[in-house]
Amino acid sequence: MSSNLTLRASVLSFVILALFLVTWHIATRGTAATATMDPEYAKLMGLTATTGKSAMPGPLDVGAKILEHLRSPFYDRGPNDKGIGIQLAYSIGRVLLGYALAVAVAIPVGFVIGMSPLMNRALNPFIQLLKPISPLAWMPLALYTIKDSAISAIFVIFICSLWPMMINTAFGVASVRKEWLNVARTLEVRPLRRAFTVILPAAAPTILTGMRISIGIAWLVIVAAEMLVGGTGIGYFVWNEWNNLSITNVIISILVIGLVGMLLDQALARVAKLVTYPE
Amino acid sequence: MTERFISIESIARRYPKPGGGETTIFDNLWFAMNKGEFSCIIGHSGCGKTTVLNVLAGLELPDDGVAVVDGHAIEGPSLDRAVIFQGHALLPWRSVLGNVSFAVSSRWRNWSSDKIRTQAMRFIELVGLKGSELKKPSELSGGMKQRVGIARALSIEPKILLMDEPFSALDALTRGALQDEVRRICIDTGQTACMITHDVDEAIYLADRIVLMTNGPDAMIAEIVENPLPRDRRRIDLHKHPDYYALRNHLIDFLVSRSRSFKEDIPAGYDKRHPPIVRPTAQPSSPGGDDARNAA
Ligand SMILES: Nc1ncnc2c1ncn2[C@@H]1O[C@H](COP(=O)(O)OP(=O)(O)OP(=O)(O)O)[C@@H](O)[C@H]1O
Ligand SMILES: [Mg+2]
Repeated sequence: MSSNLTLRASVLSFVILALFLVTWHIATRGTAATATMDPEYAKLMGLTATTGKSAMPGPLDVGAKILEHLRSPFYDRGPNDKGIGIQLAYSIGRVLLGYALAVAVAIPVGFVIGMSPLMNRALNPFIQLLKPISPLAWMPLALYTIKDSAISAIFVIFICSLWPMMINTAFGVASVRKEWLNVARTLEVRPLRRAFTVILPAAAPTILTGMRISIGIAWLVIVAAEMLVGGTGIGYFVWNEWNNLSITNVIISILVIGLVGMLLDQALARVAKLVTYPE
Repeated sequence: MTERFISIESIARRYPKPGGGETTIFDNLWFAMNKGEFSCIIGHSGCGKTTVLNVLAGLELPDDGVAVVDGHAIEGPSLDRAVIFQGHALLPWRSVLGNVSFAVSSRWRNWSSDKIRTQAMRFIELVGLKGSELKKPSELSGGMKQRVGIARALSIEPKILLMDEPFSALDALTRGALQDEVRRICIDTGQTACMITHDVDEAIYLADRIVLMTNGPDAMIAEIVENPLPRDRRRIDLHKHPDYYALRNHLIDFLVSRSRSFKEDIPAGYDKRHPPIVRPTAQPSSPGGDDARNAA
């Protein structure tokens, strides 16, 4: 029954994809409207418009370009011409670095907040104030103080990943079932051992939820951050290709950004599955 | 065995009332338990039984008075006093073996993992869960979970076993089987135990002494009932014993009416510090009569 459902769902997915591709193909097929165009205007519009083809690339153009990228994803011909693989690697590297730093700070701090009602009350106003700030708003300050665009991007990732993880960790730690803590108390478990053998496993699913939210936000933010700071990265690549008027590459970047985001999320979903316990 | 192993001395517990002031759950509460003895506490819901047990466990401190175990005032939880919790309280991310090993390794911090495992498996076998040791709590039935709780409590070889309505969520058949096991283990090992229960028959079967608590707030210990049934009693033919109905009726009578009316009608000579000890037995003239109280 359920395998039947899976099969039908995948068939439907393929049908939707095919319909989309066909519609896209038809919509971007050549038009003959250029004949009536004012030559000055046609010049402004560039080559694609004047040759009677839509400026919007069709699925076949994009497919061909993807193959081209796949053939040499890591070429490097100077600062403005690097393979999409290299650009992605830069972005993923920044995200992972900023994210790892955020994990290292958010989980211990969240633990302390969750364990101590005093710290919770004391730190809550700061968290509430800092949390809604768009991470990009930190960028000028980061650039001014750090004076390095690459590190500033990492800092922005760090700051945007921090809050969901910290809040979820604190919540998970604070809501560990009292009876489990009582078990630890009656067994005279020392605080450090209790933190690692009772509280951490009990709060792990909540913590992982926060980590998943954070990696999603981090991946959203890196594109915007790299557009701002420039140099390298998939965000910079998108912006650069837009300036080159290579809509094909922009579309491919969008696809790739979605794909990587999905993989990052799936990876954490796997980990979450490992630490989730049925009650 | 008259040595006072556990002694609760004038303990009180109060909670602030929502509107201000205080509710006294109980006040000036006294009783003692002997070594190797099985006690049950019976009383209506909300009278403070769990609170008394938590004080004995060291999970809560009394607002007044002390609880003394083996000559030392209780200041916090201790590995000498194992608790079987009402809601089994197993750690769901650990297997059966993991849950029991957690207790064993807390008790003997420098034991090797082999030794810990051997000790844990010994008690898992004792409660009849051999073969299920790698299952997670979510894969166990209610009775099996409660067994793991028992194995975990016994595995640390405590001086005292504290149980808060351990079997109340189980069906009659499973409950019976576990009562048999707990009784066998306690008798075999000379375990001192204190159990809270709502079930009169459970108390009659398991307890040497039954502590009767009146309704709260301001709950009191009305009396301490000695079990007149022989020590080698069996669950299936309890009711054939001549004293069974005397004891049962006495307990039921307390739960139905005297738990409520006791405070208005305190018997002459009642002393909170020495609650009367009562041993209901059948009188030759009225078998099963309920008023067969011989103050001891
Ligand atoms: N944290 C608390 N704040 C205020 N009142 C409390 C608190 N904990 C318990 N009480 C009160 O103390 C009384 C005794 O509670 P306790 O849990 O000891 O009852 P119990 O005899 O174990 O009842 P039951 O048989 O239902 O388990 C109850 O009336 C309860 O309302
Ligand atoms: Mg209770």
